[in-house]
Amino acid sequence: MPLEAREISFRYGRKSPWILKNFSMTAEKGECIAVSAPSGYGKTTLAMLLSGYLKPEEGSILLDGKKFPKKGYCPVQLIFQHPEKAINPRWKLRHVLEEGGELQEELLAALGIEKAWLDRFPQELSGGELQRFCVARALLSGADYLICDEISTMLDVITQAQIWNVIRKEADMRNMGIIAVTHNKFLAERIANRMISISRYR
Amino acid sequence: MKKKNRRTQFVILTAAGIFVLIAVYALGIFLPEEGIAGNFLNAGQPPSPEHPFGTDNLGRDLLMRTLKGLSASMTVGIAASAISAVIAVIVGVISAAGSGRADAIVNWLIDLMMSVPHTILIILISFSLGRGMKGLLIGIAATHWCSLARLIRGEVLQLRSRQYIAVSRRLGKSGGWILTHHMLPHLAPQFLVGLVLMFPHAVLHEASVSFLGFGLPPEQATVGIILSESMRYLSAGMWWPAVLPGMTLVLLVLLVDKTGDCLRIILDPLSIREEQNGR
Repeated sequence: MPLEAREISFRYGRKSPWILKNFSMTAEKGECIAVSAPSGYGKTTLAMLLSGYLKPEEGSILLDGKKFPKKGYCPVQLIFQHPEKAINPRWKLRHVLEEGGELQEELLAALGIEKAWLDRFPQELSGGELQRFCVARALLSGADYLICDEISTMLDVITQAQIWNVIRKEADMRNMGIIAVTHNKFLAERIANRMISISRYR
Repeated sequence: MKKKNRRTQFVILTAAGIFVLIAVYALGIFLPEEGIAGNFLNAGQPPSPEHPFGTDNLGRDLLMRTLKGLSASMTVGIAASAISAVIAVIVGVISAAGSGRADAIVNWLIDLMMSVPHTILIILISFSLGRGMKGLLIGIAATHWCSLARLIRGEVLQLRSRQYIAVSRRLGKSGGWILTHHMLPHLAPQFLVGLVLMFPHAVLHEASVSFLGFGLPPEQATVGIILSESMRYLSAGMWWPAVLPGMTLVLLVLLVDKTGDCLRIILDPLSIREEQNGR
């Protein structure tokens, strides 16, 4: 079941300039696409549109030819750039993971999540450590597509490699589609099957 | 001995404050009734070691009466502010999470309630419900939720736009689940602190309405009644029935206020970090 953006246009508010205009792309399951563009070209907006956090003003986002379900679980999951905003600061991290699905020890170990972290609060971990939890939460939920919005920008190179290896391995195992938004050309070349760049609508 | 970090100090202060409040409350309830029996031989005595607060014109010991009165005031204060705070949460959540029309109605209602002075509203409600404990309680509970409701509404509006709430919705959680698991824990400190800070208002309103004669009956010992009775003798130079019970009430209210402030600091999630750094 392909994830498809069909001629979508988007702007924040009626009088704002268009951010995306008649943009189309298709992702197949099992595919890894890197999206790159300079700052301010609407990469994050595209990520939010593809995962249903925003609605396009024109055009439509289709999963398997249908629109996203209004209620219930959305099979396209987004991982945000800033993990500390995407985690409830009053929840212990075990709780955060359980919101995604049942804990799988192997997966957590592969991501480098230590057991002791599960009983801590988000303030007690660093951004890079928290991002692993966001990745784990999305993977545990059993998503068909993973949209990654600059998820490894704040990580050191070794951790980046570790996390992306896990994501690629899981993606191959479950035939999951990945759309990775990134600035990093080398990372894009390393992980993606193909690349898309957004050109500014003027 | 190592110096305790600030968070630990606040925990100790709060515990001490709560302990004193419970002690005052229990003292008022368990003191024997004979303590406030009248004795005309002792009428109108100034403060002395035997009667630290002096006696009133019926010869009743004023310290005993004040303590009894404080515990009655606290009952009214706790019950009224608890009811009020619950109303505030319900109204605030409805207003923020419900439709635009519900929000407009709630805001209009809050504006309306706040435009009338509390004391007048309490007197009217208490009077029409037949005065006494019931009327007073309902009167105070029905008038004090407004500002906390506004606070909670703002908090819920802010929470609704958080990323982790959006993530939760995408993970298939229902609105009710998000409300109880994500939002209410965030509102708990606001609720608790709002409750504690509402308490002094409720106690002072109880005292002032009783003082004006629209609240509790005169045979009940409350600080408001004592103050109201003391007015008649003030011009005769009997200062102690007004000053000492009044001061005690002010002290109690200040204590609750400070405890509430400490509680707010403890419940602030950012201060958890301080605890670790202090170690």
